[in-house]
Amino acid sequence: MSATTTNPAKPRSLNIGRLLLEGRAFFALIAIIAVFSVLSPNYFTLSNLLIMSSQVAIFGILSIGMLLVILNGGIDLSVGSILALSGVVAGAMMQGVEIDAMGVILYPPVWAVVVLTVCVGAAVGAVNGVLVAIFKVPPFVATLGVMYVARGIALLMTNGLTYNNLRGSEALGNTGFNWLGFYRIGGVPISVIVLAVVAIAAGLMLSRSAFGRWLYASGGNERAAELSGVPVKRVKITVYAVSGALAAVAGLVLASQLTSAGPTAGNAYELTAIAAVVIGGAALTGGRGTVRGTMLGAFVIGFLSAGLVIIGVSSYWQTVFTGAVIVLAVLMNSLQYGSGARKT
Amino acid sequence: MSAQVVLAARNVAKSYGQVHALKGVNFDIHRGQVTTLFGENGAGKSTLMKILSGVIQPTSGQIVLDGQPVAFGNANDARDRGISIIHQELSLAPNLSVRDNIFMGREIMGPLGVDYAEEERQTRALMEELEEQIDPATPVEDLRLGQQQIVEIARALSVDSRILIMDEPTSALSASEVEVLFKVIRDLTARGVSIVYISHHLEEALTITDHAVVLRDGVMTAYAPRAEIDLEWIVRNMVGENYDLGSPPDSAKGDVALSIRDLSVPDATGQDLVRGLNLDVRAGEIVCIYGLMGAGRTELLETVAGRLRATGGQIVLEGHEISHLSIGQRIARGLALVPEDRQRDGLVQTMSVGQNLSLASIARFTRGLFTSTRAERDLVDDSIRRVTVKTSGGGAPIGSLSGGNQQKVVIGKMLATNPRAILLDEPSRGIDIGAKAEVFRLLAEGAKNGLAVVYSTSEVSECLSIAHRIIVMHKGRITAEFDSTVSKDRIMAASGESQAA
Repeated sequence: MSATTTNPAKPRSLNIGRLLLEGRAFFALIAIIAVFSVLSPNYFTLSNLLIMSSQVAIFGILSIGMLLVILNGGIDLSVGSILALSGVVAGAMMQGVEIDAMGVILYPPVWAVVVLTVCVGAAVGAVNGVLVAIFKVPPFVATLGVMYVARGIALLMTNGLTYNNLRGSEALGNTGFNWLGFYRIGGVPISVIVLAVVAIAAGLMLSRSAFGRWLYASGGNERAAELSGVPVKRVKITVYAVSGALAAVAGLVLASQLTSAGPTAGNAYELTAIAAVVIGGAALTGGRGTVRGTMLGAFVIGFLSAGLVIIGVSSYWQTVFTGAVIVLAVLMNSLQYGSGARKT
Repeated sequence: MSAQVVLAARNVAKSYGQVHALKGVNFDIHRGQVTTLFGENGAGKSTLMKILSGVIQPTSGQIVLDGQPVAFGNANDARDRGISIIHQELSLAPNLSVRDNIFMGREIMGPLGVDYAEEERQTRALMEELEEQIDPATPVEDLRLGQQQIVEIARALSVDSRILIMDEPTSALSASEVEVLFKVIRDLTARGVSIVYISHHLEEALTITDHAVVLRDGVMTAYAPRAEIDLEWIVRNMVGENYDLGSPPDSAKGDVALSIRDLSVPDATGQDLVRGLNLDVRAGEIVCIYGLMGAGRTELLETVAGRLRATGGQIVLEGHEISHLSIGQRIARGLALVPEDRQRDGLVQTMSVGQNLSLASIARFTRGLFTSTRAERDLVDDSIRRVTVKTSGGGAPIGSLSGGNQQKVVIGKMLATNPRAILLDEPSRGIDIGAKAEVFRLLAEGAKNGLAVVYSTSEVSECLSIAHRIIVMHKGRITAEFDSTVSKDRIMAASGESQAA
């Protein structure tokens, strides 16, 4: 059976099966949209699609970072916590940074808050990367630890409370934080545009840059990549740092949408991000996966749960459905990768 | 030689879609004798063995067991009738003990669960029979590869196999381990067990076989008992033409390209695997490093390439000291390594043929931030032509290629970096004669263009082909150095395996 799939000459009927299998996330999305459009007249309207998309954006941004890590053969469990920590860091900066020695309170402008927050996310991600690449801690354990530490720091910073006033004030010159979450350009929410920019940049990087090739190679076979001159450690640290930075971006978007930043935000978001990547056809063993697939995966999850809300299904059932979709996706992944390809 | 036929294939054919892997093969296995299957990669050997052992079913034709036509539903079916196969990659669980591996899936159950004492007793009996001093409680990962092979054999014997199929059992064994294996095979045949043997190591296979069957392109091209054949006969039938691994090219030797000075490499425990080794290779020169397993060849080459760190000494490439550089920087300077294990260290299985070929020279087709698709395609097409990879194109999955072609991809990948010196660790391992000859032709060609070539091998005949100079390594040191006119015996004597020869 294993040899059949490696055989280039295949009967036509198999190709249709193959097409369905490879485009499964796409067909699943079409099916979800079709079913809910029939069930609810409000589902397939432009305004609802945009609202759903802005909700998907947060998971989408997280899952692109997750995709990079998974392509490398790793996993990043800390993104939900980094998201919360970033929100809290941004919130703290919006409240003003008090410098005791000079007796002043600094109110950095919003752009500086954004840049610094993303840097914090990248730094936490880089800690993951260094633990995994240099100290050889298994990714699951390293990011699990960082998950707890980041969440703990976020709780310590706020004493468990939430920053509610993120609007800034005219007088302090730090208004505009809610721009990310509320403004629209040409009717499209900023968060969706951010997602699109991140996705396109990541897609180009993966398919067209040397770094993308390094990433696929080191995820597919790290030893071979290393012997071919790929700086595998640098690649590894970079993907975790990028994942952290994207988690910070998602944290900013979420804080902006809610105009509040709490230390408990983003709980278990890492699992949704992993689910999106897996539904998108990436292999958890590394080396296989695309941004397009991951985006489809994120939209499948987002549109499915939004649709269930719209038709009034209990949120407990949503959890069941989401779980079923994930298992089904992994099942199909093993159909696609399990039997073929491996020939010695 | 007219022993009873126990298992026979009658006009067996197997097709995968349009591809005919086997085209009507007839094949007999005699009781208590060794039948060796010769053929290049892709000739259909493995397919035939899988059919005989029930792993796959033939498209047409018949399997005859003890004169009765049979059809095996699966491998267990065949095993129940006494046919076992030992695959090229061992299928042992390294974390489990020898006993647990042997009874894996067929544990002997007592009233209180698994009867470990009985399993252990049977394991001990099997080991005694095979004359191996292996304790049943030893974890398999602590055994040498040759001993693991023995465990596989013991497992096959524990189900009373009458027919044992061995797919390249010696490819990972040292000369002394091969001796042990051959002794076991002789014992088995003496007890009436029939052996089917597949090997690329022709000389070795000839010492053990009773019958030779040659396959080419899915057809049986020749069949003869041992007494009527020699090495030349096999090769002639395998490749269908005069075969020659080549002779040293008359390339102009330039300055010293690669110079290794007083190099020492430690193992994990801090003991030196390579000790104070000196070697100069000139541009256009081909040097063969011969040695047994554990002689330090792989460690030497990997240290020069940058994978391992040396404790002392210098590596000088064209006058520049490079021992502090990363692997990537060394490749950029013109030093390339083709590793020994192409599956583990050479290929990225998730990528296509083209992406594998271009992996080490990404910088050559990167313009600014992005890679140039066209420049990459040119480089890939060029490489495919240069190293003559048989593939449907750069986009084909790497797993679709035969072993020899995969090896050419690994070599092509490193040649695409335009190296000044290339190191190849056992470049002929697990590839067929035709591919071997082509690999050596590529190396000779490179040397003619001024490339310094170093390759290691554990087959003496490969040393006596294209190498200008032959270095013999033994226990981390160079023990002898010969020119290309040396005899086989002297090389083997210097490597410390005279008794095994």
